Amino acid sequence: MDLLRFITCGSVDDGKSTLIGRLLYDSDSVSLDILAALENKPTVHGTVDLALLTDGLRAEREQGITIDVAYKYFTTPRRKFIITDAPGHVQYTRNMVTGASNADLAIVLVDARLGVIEQTRRHSMVAALLGIRHFVLAVNKMDLVGYSQEVFDQIVADYAEVAKQLRLTNIKAIPLSALHGDNIVERSTHLTWYNGPSLLEHLESVPATEEASVQESRFQVQYVIRPQTDELPDYRGYAGRIQSGTYRKGDKVTVLPSGIETAIEAIEINQQEVETAVAPQSVILRLADDVDVSRGDSIVPVKQVPHITRELEATLCWMAEAPLRGGRKFLLQHHSALVKASLPTILYKIDVQTFTHVATDEAKLNDIVRVRLKTAAPIVADPYRQNRDSGSFILVDEQTGNTVAAGLIEATDPELFTEAEPGALAFSI
Amino acid sequence: MSTSHLDYLDRLEAEAIHIMREVAGQFERPALLFSGGKDSIVLTRLAEKAFRPGRFPFPLVHVDTGHNFPEVLAYRDELAARLGEKLIVRKVEDTIKQRGLRDATGKFPSRNPLQTYTLLDVIEEFEFDACIGGARRDEEKARAKERIFSVRDEFGQWDPKRQRPELWNVYNGKIQKGENVRVFPISNWTELDVWRYIQRENIALPSIYFGHERTCVVLPSGQLLGLSEHLQLDETDEIVQRQVRYRTVGDSTCTAAVESNASTIDDIIEDLLLAKVSERGATRLDDNISEAGMEDRKRNGYF
Ligand SMILES: Nc1nc2c(ncn2[C@@H]2O[C@H](COP(=O)(O)OP(=O)(O)O)[C@@H](O)[C@H]2O)c(=O)[nH]1
Ligand SMILES: [Mg+2]
Repeated sequence: MDLLRFITCGSVDDGKSTLIGRLLYDSDSVSLDILAALENKPTVHGTVDLALLTDGLRAEREQGITIDVAYKYFTTPRRKFIITDAPGHVQYTRNMVTGASNADLAIVLVDARLGVIEQTRRHSMVAALLGIRHFVLAVNKMDLVGYSQEVFDQIVADYAEVAKQLRLTNIKAIPLSALHGDNIVERSTHLTWYNGPSLLEHLESVPATEEASVQESRFQVQYVIRPQTDELPDYRGYAGRIQSGTYRKGDKVTVLPSGIETAIEAIEINQQEVETAVAPQSVILRLADDVDVSRGDSIVPVKQVPHITRELEATLCWMAEAPLRGGRKFLLQHHSALVKASLPTILYKIDVQTFTHVATDEAKLNDIVRVRLKTAAPIVADPYRQNRDSGSFILVDEQTGNTVAAGLIEATDPELFTEAEPGALAFSI
Repeated sequence: MSTSHLDYLDRLEAEAIHIMREVAGQFERPALLFSGGKDSIVLTRLAEKAFRPGRFPFPLVHVDTGHNFPEVLAYRDELAARLGEKLIVRKVEDTIKQRGLRDATGKFPSRNPLQTYTLLDVIEEFEFDACIGGARRDEEKARAKERIFSVRDEFGQWDPKRQRPELWNVYNGKIQKGENVRVFPISNWTELDVWRYIQRENIALPSIYFGHERTCVVLPSGQLLGLSEHLQLDETDEIVQRQVRYRTVGDSTCTAAVESNASTIDDIIEDLLLAKVSERGATRLDDNISEAGMEDRKRNGYF
């Protein structure tokens, strides 16, 4: 059985919470006591309000809205699913970025009466930016448009425009009614003109991410294990997670950023030696030579050494209340590596409606901007488009310790840095 | 070679080990909160996988309510001895005396709310900067919104509106003086995942998790509560002998048993697949009190 992580996105009241509630309910993942608690609550429709299954905080229940990212789980005989429910309010784009960062698939919800709106474009862009490969265009509330094929077809055609601009390739459009359960788990009897799978059937059949093992191999040291006991006086194990690719015993490797070459003497999982290990396994690597390696260092195959850099071009989603301006300093956390960084320039902002470059010298909360960064020590990274794991980082405010930006590396080689071109399409690379 | 042969349990395990190692790498004085329950037992197995052949970079800390199941205490001591790791025990009983608190009273005198004081005291005593716990997001609606690295202020309070965004698998453990972080490596596991992992790893559990005969009080809700010296029963209470097992272990005065003949992990998994009542719903008496019960307790420093 494998694992699929997906995010639901859409505007307020498109029916995200109801959809998730319906998936859990119809796949028998909701317990009786939780249902009983729901049934004791008055609802507008006089039926159980499935949205209450996900709206967990008091303020949410009182205001009938979803404030923060919530995680839900369900399992079918084919898969375990991790659902991220990200709220739709404009001001909560940062939550959507958070949810999308770990997702393999995005369900973009559209209200059949409203069709493709501003928020649909914004959410699709964020999902695309964060590297999600699979999209479901879920046209909800079909019951309110008489289950009309015409309405559905028009929305699909409108969305095709968005998809083209964002270069999305893997889109499945499904007409449904979350409230009534049409095409969620069972195929709907009201939508006889639709011959495709139900939402759950589709979710069970899309390939879960596997590409991590065919990328260049990346491993970052989290912790050095040194028992220093009588039995193991000289043992040094480098504990970490394989971020991408495959590692084999005997592989010639380079320790970065020092650049020292050595070989993998042993790979250990659960105190057993193994011949090979793949992403995303957590392992211990032992090296043939006694070299100086510490937390944050990378160990990569000699033939797959990335560009080592102190200068980055990156796309940031700004997540703090106070606006960002050029010249600020931060801590840059690149997984287990932590370095000081300065941000001399904001190149441009991406307009979330037109997906084009807009000149700016500041980023406000929820803005998506292209920037240059300088780091105090070299970092070992890849462009995000090549590697979602080694291409991602966060910026941390030195004073408060808060996470203030999500960062996606665009280029590590100054020769590949770009210039702002006001009006240019941001996804034309 | 593809990664597709990795089972979902392998992926959950790899994620949990990664999180534990981040704790080891980022903090100076972490601790693993050990309750003796199945989730924290799974955490110790994950810690072995994360740190052997080295020692754990943290002690096990048990906040002892005094309302324990004796089997669980015996298990705790055996486990700590087998692992050869340091175990710190702090008793709610002592906190009550030291702080002049009022002990829990009533018919089912749960010390769950009092646990928070002992926990905050032990954090202060050892200056723990990170506490690893076995909470899961599927347990409860407020937990479903909590981060894996959850920053608490010096009073241990959780503020859901001020949570840091948690992106990819980058865990931000930067804190200011007085703050600490609660870390939940098995956030993404469900109850069923935990049992399937216990089965796969062949992990021994305290006997109360399996079907056994026990003298119980029948509650008005129909739930069964194991008889103990701490309960203040009335004449009219119905006492029965039943074949039961526990789905969670907590304060014995507020943790109900479920009727079950399950004698192996396989039986328990089968039970669970048929079970239609959530873990908390089946076994916790004190969450039912208010809709926002857990949210309030977390805000006040509870785990
Ligand atoms: N008629 C109809 N109403 C729906 C459907 N899905 C959701 N709703 C209603 O739309 C409203 C908003 O739903 P909710 O799930 O809270 O939306 P969210 O803000 O996206 O989470 C609620 O009143 C739902 O009952 C649907 O398929 N048909
Ligand atoms: Mg909602």
